[in-house]
Amino acid sequence: MYPDGTEALSDISIRITHGESVAVVGANGAGKSTLLLHLNGFLKPSSGSVRIGDYPLTKETLQEVRRTVGMIFQDPDDQLFMSTIQEDVAFGPFNLGLPRDEVDQRVADALERMGINHLRDKPPFRLSAGEKRRAAIATVLSMTPDIMVLDEPTTGLDPLGRRQIITILREFTHTKIIATHDLDLVLDLCARTIVLHQGRIWADGQTCDIFRDEALLHECHLEKPLSMQGCPVCSAGTPED
Amino acid sequence: MDTLAGKDSPVHRIDPRAKVITFVVFAGCVVSFRKYEVSALLPYFLFPAVILPLGRIPMGFLARKVLLVLPIAVLIGIFNPIFDRTVLFSVAGLGVSGGMVSFTSILLRFVLTVVAALMLVAVTGFNGICATLERFGVPRAFSVQLMMLYRYLFVLTAEGVRMSRARELRSVGRAGTGLRDFSALIGHLLLRTWHRAQRIHMAMLSRCFRGEFFLRRPMRLGSADIVFTLAWSSAFIVMRLVNMPQAVGRFLLEVFP
Repeated sequence: MYPDGTEALSDISIRITHGESVAVVGANGAGKSTLLLHLNGFLKPSSGSVRIGDYPLTKETLQEVRRTVGMIFQDPDDQLFMSTIQEDVAFGPFNLGLPRDEVDQRVADALERMGINHLRDKPPFRLSAGEKRRAAIATVLSMTPDIMVLDEPTTGLDPLGRRQIITILREFTHTKIIATHDLDLVLDLCARTIVLHQGRIWADGQTCDIFRDEALLHECHLEKPLSMQGCPVCSAGTPED
Repeated sequence: MDTLAGKDSPVHRIDPRAKVITFVVFAGCVVSFRKYEVSALLPYFLFPAVILPLGRIPMGFLARKVLLVLPIAVLIGIFNPIFDRTVLFSVAGLGVSGGMVSFTSILLRFVLTVVAALMLVAVTGFNGICATLERFGVPRAFSVQLMMLYRYLFVLTAEGVRMSRARELRSVGRAGTGLRDFSALIGHLLLRTWHRAQRIHMAMLSRCFRGEFFLRRPMRLGSADIVFTLAWSSAFIVMRLVNMPQAVGRFLLEVFP
């Protein structure tokens, strides 16, 4: 609920089980980012509750929930605020109170996993958009979260950078919740899709079923993923002489 | 500055506490001189002359930063030559007024302290300085505020550059609508940086930030750190008590009368 009384989200009831990969799609302003901010305790529902694993999200469980839920923000520049990538990746583990050796090991593992070990001593502003995105994911990976929440993970990336992120995300066995406009990414990564429209859940089901429902997509200001639209050149046929 | 602080050198390896104490003694000695003192300040340039190359800090980089803030010192002392016209001494028949001398002294002290402060940040990192302040009993709330303020400067600059670029691209080389434009820009800048700072704070909280910053190198006060502090601090105090250039001049006159 916004201060002026506008409802950002309403009647939201979702259960996501361990290991699931779920996409949250919807038009601009549908409430995707607002929904994600509830998963980490930044926003609290005006009624109802949020449960992460065995914990209800309360003031007491907030730190444990934030360790469990790794949040990757839309703009990697917001996520990378330390002087070097290495320090940024170490920020979370240090805050968890881990000993220095353990922190170093986690940093090395996260950088290795994201393939950015060579960038460890670079300041974030020297990195390309794709590198920044991978570094942002590494900052969360080093905290070994059980759930990864990603807000628009492929925005602003070139095709290769986008493909790299998709490949990396596919390897993760974590529970994944991805808010995105990139419906082809959803086809690649998420078996389940939740469609938000005007702050409400408009549909929740198998990704393939939802993307075949043209009326639903149209109503929610969405379009079929490009890979389901067929090739416009082939379907146009061969031009006659 | 942060990139420089990430380098490795003998000066970088010295404990932040040792460097902060040395800097405080340096700044204390430099600012405590009388307003007409010029020659006695010159030996203090030995400190940056040794630390800059040892700490691998590029001279040009630091000089540009000093030039950026120098107008403040000029503003402080610019009226001295006008109001204080007492002739203190003459050089080649040309009288040098007290105002000119005190203005020079202000500039020298300003340059020395600013260079030393920038040098301290470049070889210690702002995290190190804040952690030291905390160890010396400064409340954590204050040191975290300082740290956040430092980070906010980067956010402010980045947003400011973006906005200024957008304005320049659409003002076609003209000044736009002048002051009215400017006031709107400042207002927007404040709001944008505020929102950006909020997002960064959220990213920090989501990684369990609890008001504590960690250092690249753990703090360990060894004998080298103590020697560094004692040697430099004693040198600064001696330079403060004895006017070295005058003493050297007198000695030379005695040897070569």
